[in-house]
Amino acid sequence: MKISILKIIIFSVIIFSLFVFWRGLKINNNYDTKSLIGNKISNFRLIEINDNDQYISEQDLKKNKYTLINFFASWCAPCRAEHKYLLNLSNKNKKIKIIGINFKDKKVNAINFLKDLGNPYNFVGKDTDGKISILFGAYGIPESIIVNNQLIIIKKIIGPIDQTQYNEVLELTQ
Amino acid sequence: MKLKNFSFIIYFLSLVSLHSNNNKTELLEIYKNLRCLVCQGQSIADSNSDFAVTLKLVVQDQINTGKTKDEIYSFLISKYGEWIVYQPTFSKNNLLLWALPYLVFIFGGLVIYIIVRKTKRNKVN
Amino acid sequence: MLSNIGTSLVGLVLILSFLIIYTATIDINTPTQVVKKSIYKLSLFQTTFTILIFFTLIIGFINSDFSLMNVYENSHTTKPFFYKIAGTWGNHEGSLLLWVNILVIFSYLFLLFNNTHDKKYRLYTLIVQNILILGFLFFLLLNSNPFNSIYPIPLEGLGLNPILQDPALAIHPPLLYVGFVGCSIYFSAAMASLLSGYGGKLFARSIKTWVKISWCFQTLGIIVGSVWAYYELGWGGFWFWDPVENASLLPWFAITALMHSLIVLEKRNTLYFWVIILCLTTFILSVTGTFLVRSGILNSVHTFASDPSRGIYILSFLSLMIFSALIIFLIKYKKETYNFNLNSREIFILANNWFMVFFLATVLIGMLYPIFLDVLTNIKISVGPPFFNIIIIPLVVPFMFLMAVGPKIGWIKSQNKIFFKISLLILNAVIINLFIFYFFGKYSFLSNLIFIAAIFLILHSILDIEKIIFNKNKTELPRIISHLGFGLLVLFIGINHQFSIEEDFNLKVGEIKKTNNYVINFENIKVKESKNYKAIVGNFKLTNLKNNLVQNLEPEIRIYANPETLTYEAAIKTKISSDLYLTMSNVSRSDYYNIKFQNKPFMIWIWISGLMIALGGFMQLILKKNED
Repeated sequence: MKISILKIIIFSVIIFSLFVFWRGLKINNNYDTKSLIGNKISNFRLIEINDNDQYISEQDLKKNKYTLINFFASWCAPCRAEHKYLLNLSNKNKKIKIIGINFKDKKVNAINFLKDLGNPYNFVGKDTDGKISILFGAYGIPESIIVNNQLIIIKKIIGPIDQTQYNEVLELTQ
Repeated sequence: MKLKNFSFIIYFLSLVSLHSNNNKTELLEIYKNLRCLVCQGQSIADSNSDFAVTLKLVVQDQINTGKTKDEIYSFLISKYGEWIVYQPTFSKNNLLLWALPYLVFIFGGLVIYIIVRKTKRNKVN
Repeated sequence: MLSNIGTSLVGLVLILSFLIIYTATIDINTPTQVVKKSIYKLSLFQTTFTILIFFTLIIGFINSDFSLMNVYENSHTTKPFFYKIAGTWGNHEGSLLLWVNILVIFSYLFLLFNNTHDKKYRLYTLIVQNILILGFLFFLLLNSNPFNSIYPIPLEGLGLNPILQDPALAIHPPLLYVGFVGCSIYFSAAMASLLSGYGGKLFARSIKTWVKISWCFQTLGIIVGSVWAYYELGWGGFWFWDPVENASLLPWFAITALMHSLIVLEKRNTLYFWVIILCLTTFILSVTGTFLVRSGILNSVHTFASDPSRGIYILSFLSLMIFSALIIFLIKYKKETYNFNLNSREIFILANNWFMVFFLATVLIGMLYPIFLDVLTNIKISVGPPFFNIIIIPLVVPFMFLMAVGPKIGWIKSQNKIFFKISLLILNAVIINLFIFYFFGKYSFLSNLIFIAAIFLILHSILDIEKIIFNKNKTELPRIISHLGFGLLVLFIGINHQFSIEEDFNLKVGEIKKTNNYVINFENIKVKESKNYKAIVGNFKLTNLKNNLVQNLEPEIRIYANPETLTYEAAIKTKISSDLYLTMSNVSRSDYYNIKFQNKPFMIWIWISGLMIALGGFMQLILKKNED
């Protein structure tokens, strides 16, 4: 009798483990920080790219229905590709304000970048050493985070914004 | 006896070349515990990527403002998830992880104890 | 053309394997005790053709025959000749072919060398082994065929990852596979033993040599892998508890436990079913490790390009293996009586198995837990070096004490004498440890224990060697050398860990950095062109402030063309007392270079100790051969 229970336990454990392995093959192995959605962003202070005395903080975001925080740099090729979507968003959707954070870049280059491609940002801040990106849980550029007026993250786009994500953002911020 | 003394001497002489310090700062320990999220299995101590460089700066800042390493880990976990720390947290999720090896050890000890007892009984009979 | 030859040969070996199974099955029931001659012939043909298949692939690589998909994906005309050959097994499909080769060669050799053993047992072993061979051959043909062809034939190949172009990495897989795959033969033998009822001492004698061979090569393979990681990967470490490393460690723990238990089985005819469990588990662990690493289910520094379809196949194969082994074991299991001599080393062999199972379980749990957690709860966690170190290291302390004391029990007549000797040695170990502690730097309580235990083991082993020189009785020498190697390994790793100096800073060309112990002068930079890469070589002058010794180190940043890769080559100066380790990488968008500098005491002794462990094993094999 005792041995039978043991046999059942052993078989169950093995079948269970093999099942988990099988399921494990199917899950997405690429890690991303989508789990951040629903969290509140931390306090920050973003200094304006041209004027060291001007800055915004998380309090300023409470005034907006939605804010899209976009990390970009002049040396980043995919940032160029996504730029038109940001311009569209800033033109079309009055509920969403766009903040640009210039990541590990030189001021001159960033300003030229915006001159060339257009400036969709209500405010451009600088993040010369990249530390502010960590506050937002970003790990590369381009990356965009959308928060509501409660400062809760409602969407995260890792990599350049494409047509699908652009449509999703429009829907989300109706 | 002679061989033992000889090997002692060799051992002591070789130790003379050691540097007498412990450069294992807490900073390095923290770096080694944080995963570089854009790399394939490296800590930020070992990686040369942009992300690793930035994260090292953030950790240095936090240490300088007096945060403890647990506070730093909590902060980064809140931003990036538990995936970023190499040492699993001592939470409910990970209870089984930390406990199972010791349970195996205790179980093994029990098995040996039973075997020894059975052997003794066999000898008596 | 090579593609057709290769695939046809694979088909031929497939047919031969079926024939072997068929003939062996019939021959089992014949009354004679002699294995039919035709079975030997079939096995010989099988072996010959399998080796031929491997040579066909090698020729494809040497000739840069890009009509073969495998050669196209993994080679390039400008690759140096030696690495063209090594490229054969440096990829998934080629390494699978190597697996099949070892399975087949071991199958034949086992048949040959076991002719003093029971016929049914040998035939069952052959049958099970060939079922395994068939499994791998089907996998090869259906999913991972190195002889798939491409048309039109490309003019040039995609090249091989430059990190893999290294002598240590060329021999590391073959060594490891003899270990990994070598244990297939005693998996089959264990199944055969259960099926035929041929067990006990004779069974132990039959598989003993094979267990030792796989142990030696597994140990050597792991060490060479660590040496390679140290010299090539550029972070100055040699063990990261990375999934691929862990996958090689799991069978190692099982084989070590098995090797020790076989001693008891042979001497006392006890622990038969435990030995069977170990035999079955070892190869199951090998295949599980392969599954975890090649299916992409785990994230690792050194993965092969992963592919879920492989995963499904290996998982199915693994499941079949586990269930058939389990069912046959449970059917044939009978309760054993334990027949130990409680005052002998046999109890300590049980202790060895206890600790080995613990270490194995820890590594296995650490590897599998994140997968289970992710599948069941969608939470992703990392289980890295801190977990393994925290759990395993403290228990290495009692383990080493047992290693030292265990083999001596039963040899010394009086209890008091043992007690006195042990106490004296512990005292010596403590004194030496305190010496290190006071003169060279403070470290944690646990580290104290580690050092004491390691020194204790070392002293014991040295005394044993003394005794052997006295008695001129060499039988214990291999065991002592392996145990001594282990003690030294732990000691040197401990010292290395405690007293390493690591610095991480940014410098521009021409700048100088001063640390507590060194002055590092970034003198200049030059560009070097080589056969298949271009390198930026940094010239660093290092002055040791303690003894004013000046050394030059030249780390490189290498830019390879095919495929386009960037690697960082560490500059390593190895001395008897320590290694100097310097890597240089460019900080993006700046003139700065990030410099990582390390002084690592006794690095080379870590390798020497590791090799000593393997040496003991090889010595045992050779000594036993001379005896027979």
